[in-house]
Amino acid sequence: MAQPRADAPSKIILEGSDLHRVVDRIAHQILEKTSGATGTVLLGIPTRGVPLAHRLAARIHAFEGVEVPVGSLDITLYRDDLRLKATRALGKTELPSGGIDGLRVILVDDVLFSGRSVRAALDALQDLGRPSSVQLAVLVDRGHRQLPIRADYVGKNIPTALSESVKVALTETDGADEVRLIGGLK
Amino acid sequence: MIKHLRSAADLDAATATLILDTAAEMAALSGREVKKLPALRGRTVVNLFYEDSTRTRISFEAAAKRLSADVINFSAKGSSVSKGESLKDTALTLQAMGADAVVIRHPASGAPHRLAEWVDGSVVNAGDGTHEHPTQALLDAYTMRSRLGRLDGLKVAIVGDVLHSRVARSNVLLLTTLGAQVTVVGPPTLIPLDTAAALAEKTQVSYDLDAVLPDSDVVMMLRVQTERMQDSYFPSAREYSRRYGLDMRRMRRLPEHAIVMHPGPMNRGMEIAPEVADSPRSTIVEQVANGVSVRMAVLYLLLGGK
Repeated sequence: MAQPRADAPSKIILEGSDLHRVVDRIAHQILEKTSGATGTVLLGIPTRGVPLAHRLAARIHAFEGVEVPVGSLDITLYRDDLRLKATRALGKTELPSGGIDGLRVILVDDVLFSGRSVRAALDALQDLGRPSSVQLAVLVDRGHRQLPIRADYVGKNIPTALSESVKVALTETDGADEVRLIGGLK
Repeated sequence: MIKHLRSAADLDAATATLILDTAAEMAALSGREVKKLPALRGRTVVNLFYEDSTRTRISFEAAAKRLSADVINFSAKGSSVSKGESLKDTALTLQAMGADAVVIRHPASGAPHRLAEWVDGSVVNAGDGTHEHPTQALLDAYTMRSRLGRLDGLKVAIVGDVLHSRVARSNVLLLTTLGAQVTVVGPPTLIPLDTAAALAEKTQVSYDLDAVLPDSDVVMMLRVQTERMQDSYFPSAREYSRRYGLDMRRMRRLPEHAIVMHPGPMNRGMEIAPEVADSPRSTIVEQVANGVSVRMAVLYLLLGGK
């Protein structure tokens, strides 16, 4: 899909403490919907899903004292556009020591867009074990799904045009917390 | 990313490190229930082997299959090669069958370079004559890095039949690219002056194994390649073994942390004593396991993208 130019106008949607409050809300929703997050594993999709998963686990621990295992799930080798782009470097796949068999896995990603990353993550998950159920938590849902996929927990819905792009920055990976909408504005 | 892997010299430090890092991720697969990734689905990898091989061929085959590629194994014995078909005609046949990658082992040095001119797919050198064997060097580097934690500044002694060894040549190129200090050791007949001069740019040359051992982090024993020797390079196997073989007495001269490597197949009792080969310092079995991960990384990086 078309990427906006680097110098395209951009608008900050979330930053700093607003973003923290959104993460807090997802953590509360997870606790509510999973009756206290027992038997649950958070798997972040690299790059930015991983620090988000760790933040969610930390907030869940702060609210209710529950330790939720956190891991990462690299989807590079399962992508459907692998062959259309230059070779990509791999991210890390690290499952918690307890594995995922029979547990509720919550996939964590920064932006939900076409749904193709989630489709790849579901395939990757199947090769790693058999969770009892799989849910999806995203910081931002920007719409324009190309597959029948929806998120169970959404931090913020941002209506976008296809010509725009949503860029999430996190302190752990980018030095600051911010969600920015790029392009499409006059 | 590069298109072919014909020589260890094709790799700069960044690309070589990317291969080793990718291999580390691939290695996690061996602990999984489903040892398969879909990355190369629908791609065809041809193993074109004009020389006998056990571990390299099955290693490439396992690597390609774990990435879901279709694998065609071709060995010169029992093929049209024994009817006199040339490498070029074989290459054109493979081209017509739509091979995305050709893994070639050939007794003639430079065969992979020629092959790359005739096929559209990627060419991976799995050993050409006495020239190079780059994936062996990559798996050796991977093994050193995983055992000792680094390559930069590592002191590596490569010992034995340097003259005939493609493993030695590829290792010298790759290890020096990655910052290791390599010393090649062997009898003067197996490191003749012109070879020594060619190596001297990148490495040290020594004819005294006992002097090199106390200051080595890695000692890599090479197989004495009697099948490539038309002359007698040393008086007897026994004398070779006494001067350049690694036995228990010599192994004790190594620093505490040092590891012993051998690319296989071994001549037990000749270049390496059986007790040394089976000791905990030996990484010989590990090297074979790492070979699959490294070859998966190479195939993925050559074929995975556009």
